[in-house]
Amino acid sequence: MSNDAASSSAGASAKPSRKPKYSKFTQQELPACKPLLTPGWVIAILMLVGAIFIPIGAIALLASNSVVEIVEQYETSCLPANITTKEARIRYIQDDTTEKSCPMTLTVPKKMNNPVYVYYQLDHYYQNHRRYVKSRSDKQLLDGASTSNSDLDSCKPLKQFNNTPIIPCGLIAWSLFNDTYLFSRQNSAPIPVNKRGISWKSDRDHKFGSTVFPSNFPNNLNRNESSSAFIGGAALNVSQPLSEAEDLIVWMRSAALPTFRKLWGKIETDLQAGEIISVNITNVYNTYEFGGKKKLVLSTASWLGGKNNFLGIAYLTVGVLCIFLAIVFFLIHYKTPRPLGDTSYLSWNRKGNVNGLS
Amino acid sequence: MQSENAPATARSRLFSVISSKGPQAHDRHPSSSSGAGGPALPAARTDARKERVVYVDNPGRTNENFEFSGNKVRTSKYTLISFLPRNLFEQFHRVAYIYFLLIVILNQIPQLAVFGRLASLFPLLFVLVVTAIKDGYEDWGRHRSDREENNRLSWVFQNGRFEPKRWKKIEAGEVVKIFQDESIPCDIVLLGTSDANGVAYVQTINLDGETNLKTRYARQESASKHPGLAPITGKVVCEPPNRNIYDFVAYLEIDDTQAPLGPNNIILRGCVLKNTAWIVGVVVYAGKETKAMLNSSGAQSKRSRLEQHMNKETLWLSFFLLIICIAGGVGMGKWVHDHDSDLNNFPYYKKRDTADKKFMYYGPFGEGVFAFLSFIIMFQIMIPISLYISMELVRLGQSYFMVRDVEMFHAPSNSRLQCRALNINEDLGQVKYIFSDKTGTLTENKMEFHSASIGGVDYSNVLAAKISGTSDSSDGMQVEGSHLKSGVRLDPNLLELLQTEVTSSEATFVHRYMLVLAACNTVVPTRHSGSLQYQAESPDEQALVFAASAYGYTLLDRTTSTIVLDVLGEQKSYKIVGIHEFDSVRKRMSIVVECPDNTYKLLVKGADTASGSGSLADGHLQAGVLFATQRHLDFYSTQGLRTLVVAFKDLGQPEFEEWHEKYKRASTALVDRVKLLREAASLIERNLALLGATAIEDRLQDGVPETISSLRNSGIKVWVLTGDKQETAISIGFSCALLTPDMEKVIVNANTKELCVEKLKSAIREHGITETKDKQLALIIDGNSLVHALSPDVEELLFDLAVACRIVICCRVAPLQKAGIVSLMKRRTKDMTLAIGDGANDVSMIQTADVGIGLSGQEGRQAVMASDFALGQFRFLKRLLLVHGHWNYQRLAYMVLYNFYRNAVFVMMLFWYILHTAFSAQTALFDWNLMFYSLIYTSVPTIVVGILDKDLSHKTLLGLPPLYGVGQRNESYNSVLFWATMLDTLWQSLVLFYVPFFTFQGTTIDIWGMGCLWAAAVVVLVNLHLAMDVLHWTWITHAAIWGSIVVSFACFFVLDALTDKGFIAHYRVMFHMASTAVFWLNILLVIVVALLPRFCAKVLMQKFWPSDLHIARELELKNRAAISEFVKSSAPSPRMVELDDVPYSDKESKEDE
Repeated sequence: MSNDAASSSAGASAKPSRKPKYSKFTQQELPACKPLLTPGWVIAILMLVGAIFIPIGAIALLASNSVVEIVEQYETSCLPANITTKEARIRYIQDDTTEKSCPMTLTVPKKMNNPVYVYYQLDHYYQNHRRYVKSRSDKQLLDGASTSNSDLDSCKPLKQFNNTPIIPCGLIAWSLFNDTYLFSRQNSAPIPVNKRGISWKSDRDHKFGSTVFPSNFPNNLNRNESSSAFIGGAALNVSQPLSEAEDLIVWMRSAALPTFRKLWGKIETDLQAGEIISVNITNVYNTYEFGGKKKLVLSTASWLGGKNNFLGIAYLTVGVLCIFLAIVFFLIHYKTPRPLGDTSYLSWNRKGNVNGLS
Repeated sequence: MQSENAPATARSRLFSVISSKGPQAHDRHPSSSSGAGGPALPAARTDARKERVVYVDNPGRTNENFEFSGNKVRTSKYTLISFLPRNLFEQFHRVAYIYFLLIVILNQIPQLAVFGRLASLFPLLFVLVVTAIKDGYEDWGRHRSDREENNRLSWVFQNGRFEPKRWKKIEAGEVVKIFQDESIPCDIVLLGTSDANGVAYVQTINLDGETNLKTRYARQESASKHPGLAPITGKVVCEPPNRNIYDFVAYLEIDDTQAPLGPNNIILRGCVLKNTAWIVGVVVYAGKETKAMLNSSGAQSKRSRLEQHMNKETLWLSFFLLIICIAGGVGMGKWVHDHDSDLNNFPYYKKRDTADKKFMYYGPFGEGVFAFLSFIIMFQIMIPISLYISMELVRLGQSYFMVRDVEMFHAPSNSRLQCRALNINEDLGQVKYIFSDKTGTLTENKMEFHSASIGGVDYSNVLAAKISGTSDSSDGMQVEGSHLKSGVRLDPNLLELLQTEVTSSEATFVHRYMLVLAACNTVVPTRHSGSLQYQAESPDEQALVFAASAYGYTLLDRTTSTIVLDVLGEQKSYKIVGIHEFDSVRKRMSIVVECPDNTYKLLVKGADTASGSGSLADGHLQAGVLFATQRHLDFYSTQGLRTLVVAFKDLGQPEFEEWHEKYKRASTALVDRVKLLREAASLIERNLALLGATAIEDRLQDGVPETISSLRNSGIKVWVLTGDKQETAISIGFSCALLTPDMEKVIVNANTKELCVEKLKSAIREHGITETKDKQLALIIDGNSLVHALSPDVEELLFDLAVACRIVICCRVAPLQKAGIVSLMKRRTKDMTLAIGDGANDVSMIQTADVGIGLSGQEGRQAVMASDFALGQFRFLKRLLLVHGHWNYQRLAYMVLYNFYRNAVFVMMLFWYILHTAFSAQTALFDWNLMFYSLIYTSVPTIVVGILDKDLSHKTLLGLPPLYGVGQRNESYNSVLFWATMLDTLWQSLVLFYVPFFTFQGTTIDIWGMGCLWAAAVVVLVNLHLAMDVLHWTWITHAAIWGSIVVSFACFFVLDALTDKGFIAHYRVMFHMASTAVFWLNILLVIVVALLPRFCAKVLMQKFWPSDLHIARELELKNRAAISEFVKSSAPSPRMVELDDVPYSDKESKEDE
């Protein structure tokens, strides 16, 4: 209220003046910048975007191209040749008595500098399915057995087994990926894979308890003891706290999209170009139910991450497009200039049909 | 009435119908039948039979049989206990909140729980709590003022003397005593006052805003018999409580005599006693039954045009929502159906639990339905509920600026703009028709006596230019001593004539004429420190009394029974026998006085005519006078003067007796008093002797012609609805630039329906029904024709013709016809109508129109109370519409579109993700980010821009009135823009989703990391989208937009740093993401790709199809130097003039829309 200020000026009249106090703010006259898209600005903006985007695109493309990647799909090739139907595949994968090791060889196309990351890639695997994402108890992962029963409800349908809570409970932990890879060079010297430090440190420190040990975990049971329906994936080492079970930690960071990679380990030696690496895969993880593919990926990394040309190409395209548009707008402006503030364009000044090209 | 049937009809035709300025000024008199008191009036009449009996000084008996309300008032809505339930109940009256609630309830069902419990409650709680705090705060203020009010003290007669009593304890029937300058605690009937004649003066400013003192009278019957003086037993029989503050029908029964009580005998709660030592009165209405409390309901709410359009688009959005939810539901059903047999073995689905029981699995159909419902929860913000709250805030901000605009402050009346309706601000930018009252709206309603025609002689020579010290103050001119020196123009001949002895017939005329002017009125002289002040209820009366005084007939004193005049230095006292107050049927006022020589005289003053149907003995002379007076009246009218006719009659004894008997009966009647009084009046108001006519000048308000021509240039059609005669109306029309010489006038005067139809038809035949450029039409139609033209079968003709005309002047219209005309236009066009007026007779029109504007002028506050906006002067209308209306419309129109986009782009982004989660209702975004998106991350900038963005400066808008057409043509908010926005939204949502999708497909990205990217990208995108459209960047805008982005990122980081149960899933995700280059490169790419089409579209539109607004902005840019100079010197700069003039210099001939 500006009464107090105004009353002083009222003087003669007894009533205080209600005259609004003048200020640039109340009169809506604050200094302001009023940008207008004049042709000059339009062209300048587009050129600028082009000038920024094209180099970024080029650099991104270079980075992507510098990444050396070996991808080997193995879910079909690791099956015995006589197994073709889905049912047979499932029967095969669920049979514990069959030997499932699968030797393969990979050729290094270019020199791969260490660290070489070892990933497994799955597709058609809806780790982002609502039922799946929810089916975990972050509380239990941190606190273990002391977690209250209601905090475990989210783990359903794998909350408890034989009426005792499962640790770690939930679909995600239960479906832990359990194929393993053994790498060796041609001279059969094994290539060590570092499985430490593949998960986020913040997860190890704050989300997975160092005093929580797996218990009553269905996958740890022998298939003979339990219905095969409840063997979902990898067994867990009951003497290893969850904070050290890095495969689990990595796995439990649900993927955003149905095609995803997970880090499995790091090879901390260089791999030379042309080198042939043999890998022994134990193909035990069941993706045959939903027809998902499994791939083993060895890849180096750039500052941009793995091999992906999308960003680079997108940046280049957009940059070129902007330059192109700048030229087009320049030509339009050059050919059919419209003077700034041409009042003949005002609707009440227009005679007949004026479409701006006159 | 009878006079019209009398043989003299033929002659009275001369003064046929009415002029009306009298009526307007008088309309709020109780006797008027024109609905002056608002809707409650008819009800009061029909209920009149239900009487309320109040026994004086006997509250026990009074309240025995009836539960009359006590005097405790409660304007507060809640008590401490009722606050929670009642406030919640009221809040949930809004459909929006019900929608919110349903969503929250749905979310509590385990199968559907898309969000965490707390997160899902947050938006609803937030809105409820904010509203509850606001309501609670307001109510607390009301509680405090109630408490203060209820605990005030008044002196109440109890235990044989007056003792102080708290207001809340006062009951009907009690007798209270009130001293000078005290407030009246309840509605009381006056019993006695400190004045011997029982006169009391009250100030009614709290009630109706009028500043002048009102006189109230105690009945003589009771004046000497009130508690403290003598014991009194009696009763007041009155009508039940009603809200009409200008009417009161009752009688007082004391000692078996009945005395009539009218509005002059009651003092209402809220008034303040002035100039009177004390009064004593009996309480008739207390507490919530008082007229003041019955009138305290707020203005009714209207919905703006934009909001109505918006609702249609909201329905479309609901439809989209339904479509995507059904698509999701069907997708889910199909997916489940296709994989039904394998689902239990899918590691990510597993439909049976460890005990081999089904776990949340209901078959394809059930899953589809549940998915559908989950999607509704998830996509709820597609319906922009927050928009309604934002719009209210924006309008609040806009009102803040409108009210504080110094350019719309009127110093003489000390009034700012008032925004009484908060939800139709943007309608001001779309007005197509203005219906304006004339008197007090276009003119000042400050009356000055201009000329007199007496006995057929015109006295309009002006002796001197006005003497200084004229009517500056609205409440009465100063009279020094007992002689008046005011700005009345004096005619020397007339002055001279008055000084001579009363011998000639000329002089007789003159003296009688002056007597009528001085006595026949309701003006009350009051003395303020020696000087005389006149308190008049209408400015016309005041002007006449001043004039009489200037010529030597000074009104000195007036009580209920006598009038004291200073007649050329000699004090004369006239006894008042009866008064027939003004009413709109008779259109005149008359007073019967007993002169000092014991003769009875009837003094009459009235609208042209009705007065003059009489004849004198000297018929010959009278005929000449009649003729000459009529000529003068016509002449005055063409000058735009307001005329009244003055007449007079000597009453013979028999005639007087007959009338007096009837009058006494009528004035004590409780039922139909008005009618009975009118009958009594008709007994004597005939065969009158015409004395002459008065002409009063009502000057145009400042800036009216400029305002009207600006409004016309802006494409608004101005209709003037006036009670004036046709000639007056046309002459005013010219003087205020409404009519121009090159206009072709179509005049419709018809007394019969057939004639009226014929005239309308021929006019349409001649001119067609579309507005043509080369010829501007002005329609002038009178009240009589309108009676027929507004009948249902003819109104189409009237409408067709009126639409073709640029200007319509309706003269001699009655108040209800005004509303009829407005509602005709409202029914038949989609265009926005605005009514502006200042008097009680404009109330119905103001309430009918889409936008009602009241002028806080001379005629009380009724119009203001009924209005949506109140202005000090008519000229402010230009700025209100062309500047603020335009801004409001532009701002809100953009805000609505932007809010649709803002929510839809978010929902669509979530929807694309659904297609990659096997149709499960999973979002990648953190619950809290979802909830905060529309509440915190993006809400402030849209509100700030909605309040502060300015497409053009006020100088440009005022300089180029046709720019207003943008709003009239709905150019800133329409279906095309809506669909274009939706298309843009679709593109932007696809970019938002698929750029990260292609970047991260087949990588180790986790769901929450991806969510962080999407959340960050969408927040930056919508804020930059807004930034791209902002036209006026002040530091506040900068702070809001960039601040919003910064705050959002701060929130992302904070949310991801919390380790609490609800947040642990997200722990550190944002930190990981923000440390990668891909994250930032994605955001940059998303923004450029998403905004590029919009940018190009904008550039191309501006290049090839530039809008008027864009050209005007370019003009501003071109003239920037000039403008900044202009602002600095705050004087008109030549270059600005150029801007003002050039663009529409030849608009008159070319205007096509």
